[in-house]
Amino acid sequence: MNEPLPKLLPKDFATDQEVRWCPGCGDYAILRGVQKALADIGARPETTVFISGIGCSSRFPYYMATYGFHTIHGRAPSFATGIKLVNPKLDVWIVTGDGDGLSIGGNHLLHVLRRNVDVQILLFNNEIYGLTKGQYSPTSKIGTRSPSTPMGSVDAPLSPCSFALGAGARFIARSIDTAQKQLPDLLARAHAHKGASFVEIYQNCIVYNDGVFEAFTDKALAADSQIWVEHGKPMLYGKDGKKGLRLKPGTLELEVVAVGENGVSPSDILVHDETNKTLAHLLINLERPKFPAVLGVIYCNPAAEYEEAVEAQMEAARTAKSGASLEKVLKSGRTWVVE
Amino acid sequence: MNVIAAVPHDREMRELESVVVRFAGDSGDGMQLTGSQFTVATALEGSDLATFPDFPAEIRAPVGTTYGVSAFQINFGSSRVLTAGDAPDVLVAMNPAALKVNIGDLRAGGLLVVDTGSFNERNFQKAGYEANPLTDNSLAAYQVLSIDMSAMTLEAVKSFELSQKEALRCKNMWTLGLTLWMFGRPRQPIVEWLKAKFAKRPDIAEANIAALNAGHAYGETAELSGQVKRYAIGKASLEPGLYRTVTGGQALAWGLVAASELAKLPIFFGSYPITPASPVLHHLASMKEFGVMTFQAEDEIAAICSAIGASYAGALGVTSSSGPGIALKGEAIGLAIATELPLVILNTQRAGPSTGLPTKTEQSDLYQAVYGRNGDAPMPVLAAATPADCFNMAIEAARLAVKYMTPVMLLSDGYIANAAEPWKLPDLKSLKPFPVTFRTEKEGFHPFLRDPKTLARVWAVPGTPGLQHRIGGIERNYDSGHISYDAANHQRMTETRRNKVLGIANDIPLQTTESGNSSGKLAVVGWGSTYGAIEQAVRRARKDGLDVSHIHLRYIWPLPRNLGELLRGFEKVIVPEMNTGQLLTVLRSEYLVPAQGLNKISGQPFKIADILAAIHQTLGA
Ligand code: SF4
Repeated sequence: MNEPLPKLLPKDFATDQEVRWCPGCGDYAILRGVQKALADIGARPETTVFISGIGCSSRFPYYMATYGFHTIHGRAPSFATGIKLVNPKLDVWIVTGDGDGLSIGGNHLLHVLRRNVDVQILLFNNEIYGLTKGQYSPTSKIGTRSPSTPMGSVDAPLSPCSFALGAGARFIARSIDTAQKQLPDLLARAHAHKGASFVEIYQNCIVYNDGVFEAFTDKALAADSQIWVEHGKPMLYGKDGKKGLRLKPGTLELEVVAVGENGVSPSDILVHDETNKTLAHLLINLERPKFPAVLGVIYCNPAAEYEEAVEAQMEAARTAKSGASLEKVLKSGRTWVVE
Repeated sequence: MNVIAAVPHDREMRELESVVVRFAGDSGDGMQLTGSQFTVATALEGSDLATFPDFPAEIRAPVGTTYGVSAFQINFGSSRVLTAGDAPDVLVAMNPAALKVNIGDLRAGGLLVVDTGSFNERNFQKAGYEANPLTDNSLAAYQVLSIDMSAMTLEAVKSFELSQKEALRCKNMWTLGLTLWMFGRPRQPIVEWLKAKFAKRPDIAEANIAALNAGHAYGETAELSGQVKRYAIGKASLEPGLYRTVTGGQALAWGLVAASELAKLPIFFGSYPITPASPVLHHLASMKEFGVMTFQAEDEIAAICSAIGASYAGALGVTSSSGPGIALKGEAIGLAIATELPLVILNTQRAGPSTGLPTKTEQSDLYQAVYGRNGDAPMPVLAAATPADCFNMAIEAARLAVKYMTPVMLLSDGYIANAAEPWKLPDLKSLKPFPVTFRTEKEGFHPFLRDPKTLARVWAVPGTPGLQHRIGGIERNYDSGHISYDAANHQRMTETRRNKVLGIANDIPLQTTESGNSSGKLAVVGWGSTYGAIEQAVRRARKDGLDVSHIHLRYIWPLPRNLGELLRGFEKVIVPEMNTGQLLTVLRSEYLVPAQGLNKISGQPFKIADILAAIHQTLGA
């Protein structure tokens, strides 16, 4: 009866619309990564929905041959929540940026994570406002010179993953736009996670903030400045795989060590436990360049999702009040007859 | 009925075919409960009625202060009652502050009932009285009935051994008992209500019943003989049928549920708490068995955005707020207009600007509703005239929203939301269904494909195979729905959106008059909750032989297609509004008619007398 649906390729998720990001923008790589991830996981275009707010990243839905809604600045999580509540079967992806998601839309991001709505949130972090022509953003480093901060920004930046953890997110991952090898798998994991999944993607804005992540994204430096964490595996990195993270003895902080040096043995290296919130907190807050950029699934600890809880109450009401009718409601309480 | 008021002969007293009673006390005195229970007892006796609850913005204002005074007014009678009444005939004041705030409204010669138990130095001070107003002759214009209700209540409930505080809480039932006696209303419905309400504390229920009976007995046992007249209010000649009382908040909620059944769509109600709009959220939150999903969002913006998302996904999205919240929703309303998604937006107006007077009523969001968005963003705007009218208008808002794929704003206000009136229950089976069909056909599909007649675009919901498409706030190409920055296309799309909304004028009833002829010397044009006051004033003026008609608009935008012609049939037009002249501006700009405003912005509804005076003045009569 049900014919098996044809296997789709990444290109089947591309629209015929001309992609309008600046040539060389990191968004192109992310688009490729997402299209590949959807093909890999066997997503169906008719049940997949991309929701975005405003900003360069928010053009994303126009380039996906799925359902898409390009909404208003910062509010994508609210639209997504309404959509998921009405039709939990839809596969909803939110695409946002550091300005859209953390500045004007910070409140909604907080609440979609707290409620644990089953959506995937991709936050493209380029530490700058692109579409409005280069003003500093809530993730820009102190001292960022921009048209609105000619003498450099003075306010402290926000860490997106730290924000997500604080908001109660149960899935937090981090990647890089150009990490074509890892990104599709990471997105597949985000998709498999029930509840809100939060993925921060370092994205290079070639026009207004070029090279801001170069210190760890540059091919020559990557091995020694990135660590891809994996659940159950020791947190090792570096060209020779000898660098690692361990708990600094007698403290609740991490340190970088080299296996074989200063008496550090492989068993000293911390094994990643993605269900451990304390460890997630430590990893998320490691500062570069003293520490490597922590990438991969940092935290995954599922809990009941919002739509299911809401639906359970609807079902309970339907069961408890079966046979309810509006007529009965109108006639409930005190009525009288006028003859 | 045993004791009857003398049948009055003068013009003023003729009004006694209806009576206005106001209960006023401290927020903690339970005056809203007293009032609403008196309403029930009165309705059950077949009187027509209208109520006006007036409570302070503070949840627990300091005891005994004037700003902590809460009042409930009911007008009931044997003839058609359309407003809560101008001036109370009877004022019950539970403390000096309540007296101070309300005495100015009591009609001369009216009955004032006070609880002397709370008339003490401390309370005089808090109310700002220098001397006891009961003894300084300042109340000479009224008939004063001083009773130590506090002491009588304590005495009545003594045997229940409640704490002093709990015992005094029964005072409102004592008062209610006395008032029920005064108007010959039954106690039984209140007794039943108390038993149900305090099912878990039968001692409290019994104490309250004892207080109720004691208050009643106090009147009955002739302790008041000679002092107080009782009033006989006969049954009103209402249309035959089954009735209940209803508030605007209830009627909106039930109307939405009815609309959901007529449209065969589930309701998604995204809202953020705000006075005086929250009752709709509360009512709907307990109606999940009807497929109503309520979502208390993190803010007003999320509330509307979730509702738009819900409509996008194929539900009937509804959001609800009051002026300040509607302001926050403005950008999202624009998106719903741009993406042409159905949405019902309820605005229960309150006095503004900004926070304004949250618990006081006003009709000052008409500009906001009709014009208040960036860009050329046309949206249909409806206005309910009475609490019961909210039921029909909620259905109408939903019908237009899904038929024309547009957000629709329905205006109510604080008065309509909280006031109660008898409602002849509608025959639900007679309501005309308007089932929605989603687009499923792939052939020739694009998301902005329009119905040539209504200009509504197709509604294709995510999950439909083969109809994947993208929509958004960027201008869309007329022929493909793709984003387009083309100048001519923008002109065409803007005109199409305008024409779509203006075309609704062909799908709504022609404007008629509520009373009076369809042409003549004077038309009084109103909208919203001024309905009762205007209608009563016009009826009285007509009885006095004046040539005046009442036109009441339920469709604010687009306006009914015959309205211009109708208005031009009158020599003069006055527009009473609880704002500085907003409908007035719209009418003048649309029809170039020399209409004049009658404006009240005090946070209180119009009195019949206000409008009657304006009619007389305008007609020089
Ligand atoms: S401005 Fe920056 S982020 Fe935006 S499209 Fe261009 S390169 Fe990409």
